[in-house]
Amino acid sequence: MAVSTKKHEMPVQDPKVRAHNFDEVALGYDEETAVAEAERCLHCKVPQCRKGCPVSVNIPEFIGKVKERDFDAAISIIKENNGLPAVCGRVCPQENQCEKHCVLGKKGESVAIGRLERFVADTYMAKNEEVKPIEYAADAQKVAVIGAGPAGLTCAGDLAKKGYRVTVFEALHKAGGVLSYGIPEFRLPKDKVVKREIDNIAKLGVKIELDSVVGRLYTVDELMEEEGFDAVFLGTGAGLPRFQGIPGESLNGVYSANEFLTRCNLMKAYDFPNYATPIRVGKNVAVIGGGNVAMDAARTALRLGADHVYIVYRRSEEELPARKEEVEHAKEEGIDFRLLNNPVEVLGDENGWVKGMRCIKMELGEPDESGRRRPVPIKGSEFDLEVDTVIVSIGTGPNPIIAHTTPGLDTTKRGNIVADEENCATSKEGVFAGGDIVTGSATVILAMGAGRKAATAIDEYLKGKKK
Amino acid sequence: MFKILRKEELSPGVYAMDIEAPRVAKKAQAGQFIVLRVDEKGERIPLTIADFDREAGKILIVFQVIGASTMQLAAMEAGESLLDFVGPLGQPSEIEKMGTVVVVGGGIGVAPTYPIARAMKEAGNKVIAIMGAKTKDILIMEEEMKAVTDEVVVTTDDGSYGIKGFVTNAVQMLVDRGEKIDQITAIGPVIMMKSVADATRDLGIRTIVSLNPIMVDGTGMCGGCRVQVGDETKFACVDGPEFDGHLVDFKGLMSRQRMYRDMEAEGKEHICNIGLGRAK
Repeated sequence: MAVSTKKHEMPVQDPKVRAHNFDEVALGYDEETAVAEAERCLHCKVPQCRKGCPVSVNIPEFIGKVKERDFDAAISIIKENNGLPAVCGRVCPQENQCEKHCVLGKKGESVAIGRLERFVADTYMAKNEEVKPIEYAADAQKVAVIGAGPAGLTCAGDLAKKGYRVTVFEALHKAGGVLSYGIPEFRLPKDKVVKREIDNIAKLGVKIELDSVVGRLYTVDELMEEEGFDAVFLGTGAGLPRFQGIPGESLNGVYSANEFLTRCNLMKAYDFPNYATPIRVGKNVAVIGGGNVAMDAARTALRLGADHVYIVYRRSEEELPARKEEVEHAKEEGIDFRLLNNPVEVLGDENGWVKGMRCIKMELGEPDESGRRRPVPIKGSEFDLEVDTVIVSIGTGPNPIIAHTTPGLDTTKRGNIVADEENCATSKEGVFAGGDIVTGSATVILAMGAGRKAATAIDEYLKGKKK
Repeated sequence: MFKILRKEELSPGVYAMDIEAPRVAKKAQAGQFIVLRVDEKGERIPLTIADFDREAGKILIVFQVIGASTMQLAAMEAGESLLDFVGPLGQPSEIEKMGTVVVVGGGIGVAPTYPIARAMKEAGNKVIAIMGAKTKDILIMEEEMKAVTDEVVVTTDDGSYGIKGFVTNAVQMLVDRGEKIDQITAIGPVIMMKSVADATRDLGIRTIVSLNPIMVDGTGMCGGCRVQVGDETKFACVDGPEFDGHLVDFKGLMSRQRMYRDMEAEGKEHICNIGLGRAK
C-alpha cells in the first residue's frame, strides 16, 4: 500500500467561531486517525526524526506502539524522555525539529509526530491514573529549583525520580511559568493540561513554593548555606521585555506582549470585572514581531474583541519564527499580516494615548549573522497604520535579580547566566542553569531539554559530593 | 495564606494593616515593596512597605481606598487572611551617613518614608520629616515619625495644622533657615514628587523619589512599570522603586497612571454590586 504523501488533518474549531472564544483551537486526533497516521511511519533503519528532538524522545518506537494500539506502552516510551508530553505535543515547533528530519518530508509531508504525541498524552490523561509518590531515602540530598516553568519543572521531575528531595521556588502565585502566564488557553488549556502536568510532578513529592522570589526572600548562597540545599538549578526564564526604543513606546495603549498576555492568561482579565485585573484591547491592534508570542498576543486581542489585528514584522513570511501551524491558524482567524514593515514611531494624541503607528517598508538585503536576509528600510516609504493599541513582542532580556544577588555567578554582557551547554554548570559550584535565562528567548522544548541535562549533571555532581 | 494581624483606619479611607509574613519580614528593608492579592479573583496590588518587624514576623502596609481592589482589601478584617503576599521586592533605599537627610511624605506617602527615616537615623544622620496632608484630620503617623526623627514639620493645604501650604514650602523653609540638606527622599502623589524635584533641582539637593507605577507581576517580567529616567527606560519593580527625582519623566508617569481610570469605576461598581465593598 502506498503511503499517503499528506499528514492526516487534525480537526480544528471553525475559525469564525474560535476567533471569539478561548477554547482550544486544535481538537486532536481520534484513535482511528492516530493509528492511520502512525501507519505512515516507515520505521527507517536509521531514524532521523529522533535527532531533531531536543529531549531525544524515542519517536519510532512510540509510533510503533500507536500502530499496535498499545497506548500505555506508547506513553511509557515518551515519558522516558519527556515529562510534559501533552504540552510538547501542542507547542513544540515540530516542523523545525523531529518532523524536519522525517524521511517522508522529503517528498511529501512528514509523519505528524507532534499530533501523535498529543494523542498519546491526552489518551493517557483521560485515564486519570494516579501518580505514585516516590519513596525518598532518609538521607536524600536536597535540590532547590528556581522557577516553575518548563526548565524547572522538567529538572525537578527528573531529580525526584532519581530520589532527590526537590523544592521548586516560584515567584508568581501560580506554577507553570510561560505555560501559565504566556501561552494562551486556546493553544494550551490550563486546567486540562498545564495544571495536571504540574500536579503530577507535585505528586512525585516535589514541593512547589509559590510567591517566593529567590534573590529577595533567600539568596542562592542562603539556600545552600542556611536552608540545606546541596545543589541549585536556576530556570528563571525570560525576563524583562525588550522594546524597540522608538518614540511613543510610553504612550497609554502600548503593552509588552508579556504584560498583555499575563493580564489575560494569569490574571484572567478577559473576565473583568469578575476578575479584578483590567485589560484594554482597543479596536485596532498592532502586534510588533513574528514569533509565537506575537501570534499569541494577536489572537488573544482578537478574542478579547478587537475589530482588526495586524502583525507587523520586519522580515518576510519565510523568516517568521512562529510555528507554522500558529501562523496558519492566525491567518484563518483573520489576523492581518503586514510583513516587511517596521515600526518607526508610535503616534499619540494630545492626552497621551496611542492613535497610530508609523511604519516603514522594508526589503531583504544580504544575509546577516543569523543567516537570514537582513531587512533594509526602503527610503521614503513611511506610512501610518491607524491603531489604538500596540503590543510589542520582540523578545525579552534576562531578569536581573539572581545575577545581582549571587556573587561568583558569571553572566554575559547582556546579563544572561553563563552555563555549560552540555551539563548546565555555571561558574559557581553546585549551581546549574538552563532555559531562557541562559539562552535568551527560545522554546518550551529547549528549556525542557536544558532542565533534563541539568538534572543528569546535578545527579552526577551530588553523587560525587556524597562520596 | 497571610493573616491580617491588625487593622486600623488611620483616617477616612486610609487603612493600616499588620500582615503576618515572617519570611518577608526577615528580609525586608526600607524602600522595598510587596505585592499582595486578596483572593483568587484579585488583582496583584503593589504597596511600599511601611514598616517591618523581623522578630514578630510582620509587615505593615498602609493603603488608601481608590479602586475596586483597595476597596476589597479594606473590607478585610483582622483574623482573615490574604491569599498572596510576595516580597520584599525592588531595591532597598541607599542608607548611609550623609549628614542631614529630609524625608518628605505626602498623603499616604508618609507611611513608606517612615522606615527610611528610621534607617537614616540609625545610620547616624540628622533626620527631618516633612509630612503633608490636605487637612489636619487626614494626617497619618505623626507620633511614629516623631519617635524616629530629629524634627517633624507638618504642612496642610488648608492651614488647619502646621504650616499652611505644600511640602515644597516646608523644604524652602528649611533651606531659608540655613539647613544644609544632603539628601531628600520624597514619596507621595506623582505631582507632589514632581514639585519637590523641581524645587530642589535649582537648589542642587540630591532628591530621591519612590515610584508606584502600574505593574502586574512586580518581579521583572511584565514591563508595565517602565518609566523614563534620563535617557534610559527603567523598570520600577527591579531597577527601582527609587530613582533620581531630577531625571524621572513625571509627565509620562502621570499619563500612564490614567490608563485604567475609567475601568476602575466599573470595577468598583462591580465590587459594590456583589456586596464586597462594605466595611464590615
